Amino acid sequence: MARKDFIIEVNHVSKRFEDGKLVLDDVSLQVKKGEFVTILGPSGCGKTTLLRCIAGFQVATEGDILLKGEDITQTPPHKRPVNTVFQKYALFPHLNVYDNVAFGLKLKKLDRDTIMKRVKQALKTVGMSDYEFRDVDSLSGGQQQRVAIARAIVNQPEVLLLDEPLAALDLKMRKDMQLELKEMHKKLGITFIYVTHDQEEALTLSDRVVVMSEGKIQQIGTPTDIYNEPQNCFVADFIGESNILSGMMIRDRRVQFNDLEFDCIDEGFGENNPVDVVIRPEDIYIWDKSLEKRGKILGQEDDDAEDRVPKGKFTKWYGVVDSCIFKGVHYEMTVKTENGYEFMVQDYHEFVPGTEVGMLVKPEDIQVMKKEHYIYNHLEGEVLKNGKVRFIGADWEVSEGQLKPFSPGDKVEVLVPYRSVDLQDHEDEGVVSGEVHFILFKGNHYHLTIRTDDDYDIYVNTNDVWDDGDRVGIDISSKDILLRKMEELEN
Amino acid sequence: MNKLKYIFGSRRTWAWPYVLFLVLFVLLPLLLIFVYAFTTPSGEFTLKNFVQFFHTSEAVNTFIYSIAIALLTTIICLLLGYPAAYIMATAELKTPAVMAMLFILPMWINFLLRTLATVELFNMFGIPLGEGALLYGMCYDFLPFMIYPIYNTLQKMDRSLIEAARDLGANGREVFTKVILPLSTPGIYSGVVMVFMPTVSTFAISELLTRNKITLFGSLIQRAFGEGGLQMWNYGAALSLIMLLIIGLTSFFGNKDEQEAQSVI
Repeated sequence: MARKDFIIEVNHVSKRFEDGKLVLDDVSLQVKKGEFVTILGPSGCGKTTLLRCIAGFQVATEGDILLKGEDITQTPPHKRPVNTVFQKYALFPHLNVYDNVAFGLKLKKLDRDTIMKRVKQALKTVGMSDYEFRDVDSLSGGQQQRVAIARAIVNQPEVLLLDEPLAALDLKMRKDMQLELKEMHKKLGITFIYVTHDQEEALTLSDRVVVMSEGKIQQIGTPTDIYNEPQNCFVADFIGESNILSGMMIRDRRVQFNDLEFDCIDEGFGENNPVDVVIRPEDIYIWDKSLEKRGKILGQEDDDAEDRVPKGKFTKWYGVVDSCIFKGVHYEMTVKTENGYEFMVQDYHEFVPGTEVGMLVKPEDIQVMKKEHYIYNHLEGEVLKNGKVRFIGADWEVSEGQLKPFSPGDKVEVLVPYRSVDLQDHEDEGVVSGEVHFILFKGNHYHLTIRTDDDYDIYVNTNDVWDDGDRVGIDISSKDILLRKMEELEN
Repeated sequence: MNKLKYIFGSRRTWAWPYVLFLVLFVLLPLLLIFVYAFTTPSGEFTLKNFVQFFHTSEAVNTFIYSIAIALLTTIICLLLGYPAAYIMATAELKTPAVMAMLFILPMWINFLLRTLATVELFNMFGIPLGEGALLYGMCYDFLPFMIYPIYNTLQKMDRSLIEAARDLGANGREVFTKVILPLSTPGIYSGVVMVFMPTVSTFAISELLTRNKITLFGSLIQRAFGEGGLQMWNYGAALSLIMLLIIGLTSFFGNKDEQEAQSVI
């Protein structure tokens, strides 16, 4: 695609706040003219900062931002042809609806008639024609949001930036406004860059979704791509519900997980390589096992099971329903298998807890992902004179056998298996303390990211249940710490 | 017993001491001023006291002069106070609370003491006392009353409004004139009222800082009551009533903003 087709180009932008926190880490993004792009991520992922860099309220520490090929990285906000719809509307309380909308046009010193025509047009677009002379404080949240949108689009910006514009509205209102925004985008033909933490909103509205986490872009793609082919665990977990399991790629198109082998359609992961497997809960077919025993998947309760469950050589597995919640349209069940895995299944039929059920999944619905980490934390350490090894900001005992080949002062690579990290309820019981930063359920265990107080990330596999933000103490038994020479790493 | 409990248990009862205070020391004196202003020393109804005021050119001149000084003080305080409040509220100071405190600190000390200290300072540097000293003293004493309400409104102002204005194409000056200034009017208003009202009626500052050379309206009233003997009380009461009227009028100007202004004070 030719360069001029991009209206906004964000090139390797990093942003470090004054306190040293890196909020954007080498972010690159191209937006086409007329596109509806959503930046999606949990709070604190840097999405709003990215938007503010485009709007000009914040200046990127590194990298540059181009608008129609022109560098605007240092341009102050009032000289950028972009307009923002703020999360809390930011309407001027001393002006009425008309004057709020006319604010930008009056600054451009347009003549009265033009201003009036354009303000009326903008108010008509957002369906607020009869409110021109109302006080903004007398409007409801949804009406204020409409005025805020009118105030931005009346300037006919090249790009409209929307910072969680619907976050303060109630659910029903939000749904209505989503549809209206999409209509408006079609009608106006302006490029929309939309920031939200609501994945459903992102999937509904956008042409493309940019998933962000920890200041990095995790994946860019159409809503369908993002949903069906998440590139990593974070995206899979953040977008919709999913079962994420540790597995093994046996060979191309054959994957093992849940102690069984399955056909799949993924290739290029090598042979006998550990992988993560994602299965959407609605992609699992489920049926009552007792019906199967009678030789037919047919019964009064579930008389369409025969048509519903695909036939063919699929790997099936069995389990017992543990819980079942009605979700309005479908039921959401957790099913426990004999070998201790847990699956979330969504189906239009109810399977009460205790029911023995059979399950299968079609090969194309098995999404295989490269495992981001294997089973070890790879850390940098240094051998100390007292026979201890310093890493993640503390001094650790290490078994003599491991220490033998090294002398004090050596830099070493420290390997700590995920399973060997002990988490303590009380932070002072551990050698290092930290906070549970991210939780992933992997079918039969949790994979946690613990961020230590010195900002190191430690990965932990555990069967215990922790909550996001829990304070924990980290302890590692000396026999579980492995040391390797630094050079080995480089080779 | 139950009745006693009812009386002391009711929250309304707690207001009684204050109501009593209010009646004795606020309502009653006001009533007395009113009655005295319209009567002769012997107690007959008359408008003579007001007629006397309007026919004494010295009194009318003092009255006009007092209002002029009060206005001037208010304007100087506004010109000094607004930028100070603005800087405190907007600059990314590490300790804005400490800065605000420094401005408020003089209010902790009785203004008579401060004024006396000012007189001594002027004497020490050999600066003649007079009109300049009077203005200086007035501004010095009342500046915090201007800064604080303005600082308060500016500080409470939603930062995103400034960003919104910039986003819509306003440069620094336009952001100020079109958003910040209009939004800080309640603060300006209450600052003006809080400086203007007490400066109109002040007399101690003018007496100390001008060695009685300049008489303000407050001094006129004070003299009528203090030096004139019982005969002059009715005249003094009339002067007080006139001043009350003026102060009352100021607090009604810009009535629209009044509620907001009150919330700032």
